[in-house]
Amino acid sequence: MATQNTRTLARLMMAPSVVVLLIWMAVPLAMTLYYSFQNYNLLTPMNVSFAGFFNYQYFYTDPAFFQSIWNTLLLVLGVLAITVIGGTAIALLIDQPIFGQGIVRILVISPFFVMPPVAALIWKNMIMHPGYGVFADIAKFFGLQPIDWFAQYPLFSVIIIVAWQWLPFATLILLTALQSLDSEQREAAEMDGANFFNRFIYLTIPHLSRAVTVVILIQTIFLLGIYAEILVTTNGGPGYASTNLTFLIYRTARLGYDVGGGAAGGIIAVVLANIVAIFLMRAVGKNLDK
Amino acid sequence: MGSITLRQVQKHFGEAKVIPSVDLEIKEGEFVVFVGPSGSGKSTLLRLIAGLEDLTGGTITIDGKDVTEAAPAARGLAMVFQSYALYPHMSVRKNIAFPLKMAKMEQSAIDKKVEAAAKVLNLTDYLERRPSQLSGGQRQRVAIGRAIVREPSAFLFDEPLSNLDAALRGTMRLEISDLHNQLKTTMIYVTHDQIEAMTMADKIVVLNRGNIEQVGSPMELYLTPRNLFVAGFIGSPRMNLITGDYARSKGATTAGIRPEHLTLSKESGTWKGKVTVAEHLGADTFLHLDVEGIGQMTARASGEFGAHHGDTVYLTPDETKLHRFDDKGLAIRA
Repeated sequence: MATQNTRTLARLMMAPSVVVLLIWMAVPLAMTLYYSFQNYNLLTPMNVSFAGFFNYQYFYTDPAFFQSIWNTLLLVLGVLAITVIGGTAIALLIDQPIFGQGIVRILVISPFFVMPPVAALIWKNMIMHPGYGVFADIAKFFGLQPIDWFAQYPLFSVIIIVAWQWLPFATLILLTALQSLDSEQREAAEMDGANFFNRFIYLTIPHLSRAVTVVILIQTIFLLGIYAEILVTTNGGPGYASTNLTFLIYRTARLGYDVGGGAAGGIIAVVLANIVAIFLMRAVGKNLDK
Repeated sequence: MGSITLRQVQKHFGEAKVIPSVDLEIKEGEFVVFVGPSGSGKSTLLRLIAGLEDLTGGTITIDGKDVTEAAPAARGLAMVFQSYALYPHMSVRKNIAFPLKMAKMEQSAIDKKVEAAAKVLNLTDYLERRPSQLSGGQRQRVAIGRAIVREPSAFLFDEPLSNLDAALRGTMRLEISDLHNQLKTTMIYVTHDQIEAMTMADKIVVLNRGNIEQVGSPMELYLTPRNLFVAGFIGSPRMNLITGDYARSKGATTAGIRPEHLTLSKESGTWKGKVTVAEHLGADTFLHLDVEGIGQMTARASGEFGAHHGDTVYLTPDETKLHRFDDKGLAIRA
């Protein structure tokens, strides 16, 4: 419905933010691309020279490379599965009218306010610690051998921690979606003879599909770059068992002082993120077009 | 199949007694309309019958079986909602088939029933569409289709036409009446629109603040309203209610005369009034008048009666059609 006039004005008003965004995105990307073709090591910062594809080859042949990609995908998928299923369950629960609903909701949302390194440290030292963690206490209470989580299931432990942090986000989005379900539709289904289970399958889940899509897309963006939780808990180990692509880049660039290699890893990560994005949009993006 | 009895049905929401106590008998095959202004408890009463609300007191019996505590699905009723409440992600076919699928009916039998219902409702060409691709009237028909296939003992309609435009409302009114004549199933229909009530009902239940004011056929309510509320609510335009000397001279506190029972003249009559607004509908003209000694009145004239704002007009009531009400608002029958 816009006239020529309002369109021009709108473009003018949008221009500054578009320009800033473009610079913000393009400059770092261009610099990363540039450094990925340079021999640039911080131990010998004077000797900078053109490297061709050596950095890519170096990063690709890193023994941790394929495992780190695999770990990245496992981390994303694992957290998504836990948060979507768990988020739906919790949203269904706190959608019920109960006494103290407001406080319960704030408590449910609160993990989101805890900074990732803090959350990871608490999990590491107070919950999953084999000596004095809560899980160890529970195991001992039942007379079982406590599990050394970060040694025995390093990646799974990181997945649990990250899922705990993202559960509130998924719950919140899914809760608002639940609340927007038309009550007359639910009553109609009730009169049509659908029990709670059937109403959930045929009414609630299709209704939630859109919100689930949003949760998956947004979380994937953040989960591809998980780093802090790994750094403070397993430090990528044991071996490379919990090293994802982001952590491998960190190791190459900061621990190996290899700026060129790190930059090449960064570009590979960008490519991987785009591949994931294409798959995601194919798989779930159509839910947004309704 | 399809007789419904309400005994001292009560519904309170906290302190608010939405329905103080209602007794009602609905016979098999009747088309019953609950009519009343908003907040009169008519929708609540329907939802109580449907089982979507719990009763505070009293009993509901359907076909001689006490269903007061029964789940909605177990009552054998089908409901058409105001918003249609179609399932947005299912095709029309799946929407109509849903209650049958829930009843675990065989797929071939479901298909047959859905096709039959679609044929009755002119939906055959739209079976594969989603509700969002349909017009308001078509959605309405899908909602009715979903109700029909269950072969319920009674249909419940909750203001089903209020989201449609005026022309479509007229058509759907006819279609629903027609459907009732075909199926001969009990129907309970909630509306605030007295035209729908008058045109469709076998029996009208006039509700006000959760109380039944009067139950009767449309013409009974029109000809012999039991009290002032019914007199004012049924009939369009509203009945003129006159207090003061004229009413006293007829032995009543309030006298009521419908706009169509006033004879208009430009020369002489009982009352003299000035036209404030003249609504020309073509066949009829409704005159809103400022009458000396009485106040605002409405009168119906034929379309040819030329009167405009500011004209002086004389009115004569047809005293055989006069309604009289006592000081409690109840009708006085001679």
